Amino acid sequence: MNGETMLKVERLTRSYDVAGGRRLTVLQEVSFSLAAGASLAIVGPSGSGKTTLLGLCAGLDRPSSGEVELAGTAIGELGEDARARVRNAHVGFVFQNFQLVPTLTALENVLVPVELRGEGGAKAEAEARALLARVGLEERHEHYPVQLSGGEQQRVALARAFINRPRILFCDEPTGNLDGATAHAMTQLIFGLNHERGTTLVLVTHDLELARRCGRILRLRGGAVVADGLA
Amino acid sequence: MRTLPFILRLSWRDSRASRRRLLLFSSAIVLGIAALVAIGSLGANLDRAVDGQAKGLLGADLIVTSRNPFGAEMLAHAGAQASAVAREQSFSSMVVFPDAGGATRLVNVRALEGRFPFFGELTTEPETAPARLREGTPVAIVEETLLRQFEVPVGGRLRLGSAEFLVAGALRKLPGESTAFSATAAPRILIPAAALAATGLTERSVLVRHRLMLELPPGRTPEAVARSFRERFRADGLGFDTVAERRRSLGRALDNIEAYLGLVGFVALILGAIGVASAIYAHVRQKLTTVAVLRCLGASAGQSFAVYLVQGVALGLAGALAGAALGVGLQMALPRLLADVVPFPVEFFVAWPAVARGIGAGVILCLLFTLLPLLAVRRVPPLSALRSALAEAEDVRPDPWRLVVAGLIVVAIAGLAAWQSGGWREGLGFTAALAGALGILWLLARVTSWLARRAVPRGAPYVIRQGIANLHRPNNRTVLLLVSLGLGCALMLTLFLARSTLLRELASAGAGTRPNLLLFDIQDDQREALARALVGAGAPLLVEAPIVTMRLAAVRGRPVEELFRGTPRGRPDEAEAARDGRRGGEGARRPASWILRREYRTTFRESLGGAERLVAGEFTPRASPGTEVVPISVEEGLMRDLGAALGDELTWDVQGVTVRSRITSVRAVEWRRFEPNFFVVFPAGVLEEAPKFHVMAVRTTDAGHAARVQRAVVAACPNVSAIDLALVLETVDSVLSRVGFVVEFMAAFTVLTGLVVLVGAVLTGRLQRVRETVLLRTLGASAAQLRRIQLVEYAVLGCLAAVVGGALALGGNALVAHFAFRIPPAFPIPVLAVGIVAVAGATVAVGFLANRGIVRQPPLEVLREES
Repeated sequence: MNGETMLKVERLTRSYDVAGGRRLTVLQEVSFSLAAGASLAIVGPSGSGKTTLLGLCAGLDRPSSGEVELAGTAIGELGEDARARVRNAHVGFVFQNFQLVPTLTALENVLVPVELRGEGGAKAEAEARALLARVGLEERHEHYPVQLSGGEQQRVALARAFINRPRILFCDEPTGNLDGATAHAMTQLIFGLNHERGTTLVLVTHDLELARRCGRILRLRGGAVVADGLA
Repeated sequence: MRTLPFILRLSWRDSRASRRRLLLFSSAIVLGIAALVAIGSLGANLDRAVDGQAKGLLGADLIVTSRNPFGAEMLAHAGAQASAVAREQSFSSMVVFPDAGGATRLVNVRALEGRFPFFGELTTEPETAPARLREGTPVAIVEETLLRQFEVPVGGRLRLGSAEFLVAGALRKLPGESTAFSATAAPRILIPAAALAATGLTERSVLVRHRLMLELPPGRTPEAVARSFRERFRADGLGFDTVAERRRSLGRALDNIEAYLGLVGFVALILGAIGVASAIYAHVRQKLTTVAVLRCLGASAGQSFAVYLVQGVALGLAGALAGAALGVGLQMALPRLLADVVPFPVEFFVAWPAVARGIGAGVILCLLFTLLPLLAVRRVPPLSALRSALAEAEDVRPDPWRLVVAGLIVVAIAGLAAWQSGGWREGLGFTAALAGALGILWLLARVTSWLARRAVPRGAPYVIRQGIANLHRPNNRTVLLLVSLGLGCALMLTLFLARSTLLRELASAGAGTRPNLLLFDIQDDQREALARALVGAGAPLLVEAPIVTMRLAAVRGRPVEELFRGTPRGRPDEAEAARDGRRGGEGARRPASWILRREYRTTFRESLGGAERLVAGEFTPRASPGTEVVPISVEEGLMRDLGAALGDELTWDVQGVTVRSRITSVRAVEWRRFEPNFFVVFPAGVLEEAPKFHVMAVRTTDAGHAARVQRAVVAACPNVSAIDLALVLETVDSVLSRVGFVVEFMAAFTVLTGLVVLVGAVLTGRLQRVRETVLLRTLGASAAQLRRIQLVEYAVLGCLAAVVGGALALGGNALVAHFAFRIPPAFPIPVLAVGIVAVAGATVAVGFLANRGIVRQPPLEVLREES
C-alpha cells in the first residue's frame, strides 16, 4: 500500500466572483501529494482556505484551475454524479457539526453509505453494529441524533465514515464542537481506526495538538501554502 | 435499480419526524379529490339510473303533443299504431280551496283519460288514488306540497272553474317529471278527463296543451310511429317525445351539471395541489443539509431527488386515497340533496372509474406541483455539508426543468379540465380563466406584501408592526394564502352575489307603480266584467294586451318546411342559407329549429309599450284593412336569431289564415318588466278579427291584497289565470336555492381547502416561528403579546383574502350579470360583509389553532420538540 499516491493536488486555485465585478481568490496554486496510509493536517487561521481545500480534495467542489487526483482518478473532469460515485467508493467524511441525518437512528446513519450502493443487508448491519461497538456506542443503535450528546454524534459519524472501508478519510474540524476530554477521546478513535484500517487521513483543524498527531502538516495563509513539513 | 430499496427505505425513514405533518399537507388535496370523486360517481349513478329507468322516464313509448285538440283521424291513426292510448289535456288555471278560506293558487291542471302511465309508477298517497281517478268521478290527485301549503286533507274539497272535486290523494311522483320545479312553479292537479267538461275551463281557454300517450306493440319503434304521424299530419305542428330523446336530453343535462360541479371541485384540487407544493417546498428547505450529507456520502443527484420524490408521490397518493374515501361518503349524501330535483330514484353504488379518475387526477397534479420545489434537491451542492450558508441560500440559477414542469402543469390542468368538462374548448377556457384569476390574486398578493413592507407607520404599536411584518418577511406565506383563500372566497361570494343580483332584478320588476299581478286567458267577452271586478277589488287595470297565436310559415318567401328539408337535425340547409344570405356572415347564420317552429303569441297596438324602445326603422301604428303586406315590428333578439334585417318579409300562419308581413321596425324590449311583452307587434287594424285572448296586468299592494284580487278574478271569470310576481320570485328563489345549495356545497370545498392550506402553511412555518417566538419570549415578550402578534397577522391576512376574494367576486358577478343575465349587477353590502367577516374569522381561528402550544410552553421544551 505504501508508495501508492492516494491524493495528488496540482496548482489548485479556487476563486469566486464577488460584488463590484471583482474576483476573490481563496485558494491559490496549492500543490501537494499524499501517499496511501499517510496522514495530513491542514492548519491555518480562519479564512485561510482550509475548508475550501478539503472540499476540493474530496470532490465536493470544482476548482477554478488545477487538478485533483483522488485514489488514482482525476476528479476535476468528472461530473457531479461520477464524483459522488468516487466518494462513495473511496472516501469517508467526518464533519465539524457531525451532519447526521436527524430522522435516522445511529445504526441507520452508519448504514447509509453501504445502502446507497445497494449493499445493505444482514452482513452490512453486523458490520455497522461492530463499528458502533468499536466507537463505544453498542447500546445506542436505536437512538436518534437528538438523543445523543455531541461526542456520541461524532462517534456515530466516525463509524459511518468507516463503514464503506474508505481508502481516505476527510475530517473537517472533527473535534471543533467537542469539549477537551471528549475531543481527546475522539482523537484517539480517529487515529486508532485510521491505523487499524490503513486509511489515508486528511484533516482540517485549529487544534495543534491534533495536527501534531498527523505525519505531516500543511500550513495555509491567505489561500497559499506557507509551510509543508513533518509534524 | 439496485438502489431502489435504499431510496424507498430512506424515504420512509426520513419521513419519520414529519409523517404527521406530511399527512396533514396531503389533506389539502383531500377535499378537491373528494369533490371530483363524489360528483363523478354520482354522475355514474345518475347515468345508470337514467338507463335503468328506460321507459319509466316517459311513462309511454311515444308522446305526441299538440296545441290543438286531436282530430278523429289522428286518434284513429294512434289507435291503429298503438296497443294502448291515453290522452291528456293540460293547462294553467286557478284552483280554489273552499275549506281554506277560499284560497286560490295558479296550478297546472292535467285531465287524464286512459291507463297512463304505461311504464313507471304514478306515486300517490294513498296508493288507491289513481284507481279512483280512472273511475271518472270528480276526484283530483293534488301535488303533495300544495295540499300541505293550504292544509287540505285527502278527502277535502277544491274547485276548478265551475266544478268541485274531492281530493283523492297526494301526488308524489309522475314518471319523468321533477317534483322540485313543478311543486313551486305550477303544482299539478290530475283530474279525470270525464270531469273536465263540468269545469267549463277548456271551452274558453286557448292555452290548452294536448298530449297523446302511446304504448306500442313489440316490433314497432317510437321513431317510426312519430315519422308516420309527421308525414300524415304535417300541417298540425305536432311535437314528439320518445324515451330515447328524453334520455338524451336528460343525459345531456346531467352531463352538464356533472361537468360544471366537477370543475368547481377541480378548482379545490388545484388549490390543494398548490398548498401541497408549498408544504413540500418548506419540507425540502429543511432537508437541504441532509441532502448535502447524502451527496457527500456518495448519493447521486438523482438518488437524492428520488428520495424526496417518493415522499411527494406518497403524499399525493395518501391524499388521493383519503379524498376518494371521503368522496364516496359524500356521494351517499348527494342523492338525498338532489332527491326532488332528479325525476327518478337514484340507486347508490361506488363508480370505480370515477374513483380512479379522481385518484389519478390528484396524484398527477400533486406530483407535478411538488416537482417544482423538489427540483431544487437536484442542485444541492455537497459542499453545503461543510458550509451551512450554502444550504440556506436560495439557488437562483435558471433551471430549464422548471419551465418543463410548469408547461406540464398547464397541459395537465387543461387536459384534466377537458376530460372533466368533456371538451377541449371548455378545458382551455377553464385553464385560461383560472390562470387569469390566479394571476390577479398573485399580483394583489405581491402588492399586499409590498405595502406591508412600506405602509406600516413606524410609530404603530410593536405587536401591529411585528404582525404585519410577518406578511413580507422571508419565507412568508402571504402569496400562497391570499391566492388559495382568496380564490375560494371569490367563488363562494360570486355565487351568492349572482343569486342576489337575479333576485333583486326580479323583485325590481314589480317595483314602484309597476304591475305585479298578471292575468291571462281572458276572452273578448270577459274583458269588461273582469275590469269591473278588478276595480272592485282595488286593483285597477294598468296594462292590457290582446294576444293572437300564430306560427311562421315562410321567411323571405321561403316556406319554413322547405328550409328544413334535407337537413337531418331539422335545421335549414347551410348552403341554402349561405346562398340566400345577403348580409355575408349574418345571412349565413342558421336560425335554430325552435325559432322557426315555435308558436308566436303576438299582439297588435298603435304605440310602443312602456318597456319598449325603437332601435331601427319606423313603428307603424295602424294599417288599413286589406293591406297585403303588413308592416310589423320585431324584437332585436329575435332579429338576430332569425338572421333577419329590416325590410325582410315574414309570412305567418294565423290559425289557418296566411298573413304576409314586412319588418319595418326593430324594438329593444326590457323583458324583465313584469308585464306582457312581445317578440312581434302588429299594427292595429289587421288582427282584430282573429281568434284571440287577452292579458291584463294590475298592481297589488301586498300578499293579502293579491289574494283578494285573485279570489275576485276567479269568482268573476273562473277560467282566467293569475301569476303573482311574488309567486315567481318564490319559485326562482326556491330553484336557485336548491341548485345553489349544491353549487355552494361544492364551492365551500375551495374555501375549506384554502383553510387546510392555511393550516399547512402555518405548520411549515412553525419551526421558523418557534425560533422567533422563543427568542421574543427569552427577551421578555408576554404570551399575550405573542398572541396579539399572531392575531394581527392572521386578521390582516384573512381580511385581505376576503377583500381580494370579494373584489374578484364583484368582478365575476358583474360578468355573470352582464353576459348571462344581461342585467346590472347587484352590490349587496351585507352579503359581502358577512363573507369577509366569515373568511377573516375562520383564518384567525385556524391560524390560532395551528399555532397553539408554541406560546404557552417553556422555550427550551418547544425547541427540543421542534428540532
